[in-house]
Amino acid sequence: MKTLSNNDSPHERLIQHLATELTPVRRLRSPSIRALGWLAMVAATAILLGLFADLPAIGRRLAAAPDMWLAVAGSVATAVLAGFAAFQLSMPDASRAWAVLPLPAAILWIAASGLGCLRAWFVPGTHVADLSEARDCLLFIVGLSLPFSALLVVMLRSACPLQPGLTALIAGLAAAAAAATLLNLFHPFDAAATDLVVHAIAVASVILAVRAFSSRRLSPEFLRGDVTGTMDRSN
Amino acid sequence: MTAIFIDFATEATVFCPDLDFLHHSRREANSSADGEITSRMMAKIGPDDPIADVDRHRSALMAAAQGGDSAAYQALLRGCIPLVKSIARRQGVTSDRVDDVVQDVLLTVHQARQTYDPDRSFTAWFSVIAERRAIDLIRRTRRQDQREVYAPFAFENHADEEADPSRGVALMDRRSAVVRAVETLPGRQREAVQHLLFEERSLADAAVVTRRSKGSLKVNLHRALKALRGKMESRDKP
Repeated sequence: MKTLSNNDSPHERLIQHLATELTPVRRLRSPSIRALGWLAMVAATAILLGLFADLPAIGRRLAAAPDMWLAVAGSVATAVLAGFAAFQLSMPDASRAWAVLPLPAAILWIAASGLGCLRAWFVPGTHVADLSEARDCLLFIVGLSLPFSALLVVMLRSACPLQPGLTALIAGLAAAAAAATLLNLFHPFDAAATDLVVHAIAVASVILAVRAFSSRRLSPEFLRGDVTGTMDRSN
Repeated sequence: MTAIFIDFATEATVFCPDLDFLHHSRREANSSADGEITSRMMAKIGPDDPIADVDRHRSALMAAAQGGDSAAYQALLRGCIPLVKSIARRQGVTSDRVDDVVQDVLLTVHQARQTYDPDRSFTAWFSVIAERRAIDLIRRTRRQDQREVYAPFAFENHADEEADPSRGVALMDRRSAVVRAVETLPGRQREAVQHLLFEERSLADAAVVTRRSKGSLKVNLHRALKALRGKMESRDKP
């Protein structure tokens, strides 16, 4: 059919090109539902790892020092809220304010872990992790964060984040917090200063690595690739 | 069913098939109304509000585009160009870059079309995308300006290091030295160089022309290159 628009303009050519390659799309589910999908995968991993964990030892440890719950609750809340925030941020019209959502939980997590660290210093007879245990913690957090963050980034790519750096940063926080939470299954003691530093290094490394690796991969320019490659924008 | 309406971007007549909601001609609001739409997104809009009608119309077009209706999609994108331009200017994009923002926004909307929920305002969704892309372009331009120096005469004043008049003579001298070195090679090696390198034949073609096996040609070419390398190195030594 004929249109009286200026067919020679680059915008008109681009519109016609986009319309030509238009295919029906299925509307993306809401960010909250997609976040629940990711959290379900994390929960399934937790159940699987729980089969190999010494659950009675964890129960004894929690009975002796109930404040350990605070650190666990903090890391769980950080993982959940950062997961929700990452999916919200992946939407093109999302507000940057979503990035603040996991911060209170992250503060609780850091503060409660620090409290456990102080007790390990002052209370005699407290088990203090040695260097090999600290190294195991590092490997556990980094190793488990890899599949969690990879799954998260793949799921986030189905939206179109226009704030890829911030989205990747919060996704890294979610993956690291989830991995640190599951570490509690095999870490039924307070983190001493060295151990806590190792945890912090592991979590920070995961966050920065996910940010560095994924922010470009989540950007619209990277995701579109196939579209721009065929368009002549110079005319 | 085919519907006709007036494209408010160009005031051109556009035909949109299979759109029940476009039974009659409609003149859309101009881009100044778009700013009003954005500012009123948070306010409750009555059912008879013309601005709300514009937004509902766009939402319907986008919903049709999500279903694969390319005519609705074209009409929607054409209609949104003035809105993008107005947002880009408001964000401080220079006039020579406004068209870049338009292209970027059109591509981004195409990429993100599955994220649009027709129950929500299309204009608000679209405006946020346009604002973000405009800001991205400003940042990109700023970074580029920091890296690059504006020096219009630099290219003309830059000395071409390869523009040495004696370079051509040296090249010819070297070429004739290679030809002379090839002439001193044994017959089969010379033959391999001639067909495979000088005449750029494929191995299969050269095998047919010379009636030798591909393996023989490869071996002779390898030996010839080794011999030539030795000859040229001894020639270049002072």
